[in-house]
Amino acid sequence: MDKSVDDLARAVAPVTDGASVMIGGFGSSGIPFGLIDALLEQGATGLTVISNNAGAGETGIAKLLKAGRVAKVICSYPRTPGSIWFEQRFEAGEVELEVVPQGTLAERIRAAGAGLGGFLTPTAYGTRLAEGKETRVIDGRGYVLEAPLPADFALIRADRGDKWGNLNFHATARNFNPVMAMAATHAIVEVRELSDAPLDPETVVTPGIFVQGVVEYGVRP
Amino acid sequence: MTVATMNALDDAQLAARVAQDIPDGSYVNLGIGKPTHVSGYVPDGREVIYHSENGILGVGPTPAPGTEDPELIDASKRYVTAAPGAAYFEHSDSFAMMRGGHIDIAVLGAYQVAENGDLANWATLDETYPPAVGGAMDLVVGVPTIFVMMRHVNRDGSPKLLKRCTYPLTGLGVVSRVYTDLAVLDVTPEGFRLVELTPGNSLDAVQAVTEARILT
Repeated sequence: MDKSVDDLARAVAPVTDGASVMIGGFGSSGIPFGLIDALLEQGATGLTVISNNAGAGETGIAKLLKAGRVAKVICSYPRTPGSIWFEQRFEAGEVELEVVPQGTLAERIRAAGAGLGGFLTPTAYGTRLAEGKETRVIDGRGYVLEAPLPADFALIRADRGDKWGNLNFHATARNFNPVMAMAATHAIVEVRELSDAPLDPETVVTPGIFVQGVVEYGVRP
Repeated sequence: MTVATMNALDDAQLAARVAQDIPDGSYVNLGIGKPTHVSGYVPDGREVIYHSENGILGVGPTPAPGTEDPELIDASKRYVTAAPGAAYFEHSDSFAMMRGGHIDIAVLGAYQVAENGDLANWATLDETYPPAVGGAMDLVVGVPTIFVMMRHVNRDGSPKLLKRCTYPLTGLGVVSRVYTDLAVLDVTPEGFRLVELTPGNSLDAVQAVTEARILT
């Protein structure tokens, strides 16, 4: 089995207009900058982007927003220093926003990857973010029913990978990347180093079964 | 009397005051902004392990210039180091630590706190401004002790310690204790109870800038 792909352009070629695309990363750490640039070049538009943030400055997701490729953002924290392109598109009514508490976002993504029909969480109970959602009281505590959140594609950043798609990560660049790889129909990974030798199974964080394409992109942010 | 003429702690003094109440051996999450400064004032001899929701337990000090690792940051997106005994993990594990009651204390900022412990710290009433919740709602439902650290009043002098919050809530009845520049108050079933006043202020003066009743 060989999931390695020669270049970034080929890796993102399957992304279609209107697709839902998970993008790993938190702040500037663990973002697949190479794949995002390749997706911009590829031209897919009308995308639903699922990520913790909505980009900052002129890099990463901000580039997709600036180019008008994003129809909807599902995230926990769209407003970061320098998130000017998100704010501009949002204020102009060009981008729909769904704000999800960060832990609920991670768990909805994990639930999709794990084949669950949703879960009950105390997070957001009694708040505006639970409006319209089914709730339940268990042992005197209120919970909100949250649905799984799958995606057509995931763009993932990892440290090292092998041709079987096994991955490990560096420091806090791990963040959403492993759960997003699980939850997407087609997970595309840029790795700092594509190892010729198989990764030591003891060090594998994301097993290759969750990965459909892996491409080497050695540039560190 | 207005706050301008009262004895108020500055940000560093407030961080130092909160730090006094972080016990040895605790796992602590410091919210973005002012709470991140608390770790710098924890008294020597206490080992405190800091959790940051982007996937590190054991956040260490700021790295020396030139040694920053762009893939090693905290939830405030600042460069950090890994302290001895640190661990990295992915996001759903990180929030299991928070929601699952494994973190002992969280220190958060706030727009408003109500006498029933309700917290508002993620959105205002300005609908044109995109809201950003982050991990605050997960923290407050899962962490048993929630310390709020904030100015006692808004810039315009209006109170932040209220009978009921007017901004959208982050969590219901979740706040344990509030540290402001003017006072420390516990949230009790009866309401705010005074722990201490910043020296030099009278209870009457602090009550005058507090909408909710302060119990003694």
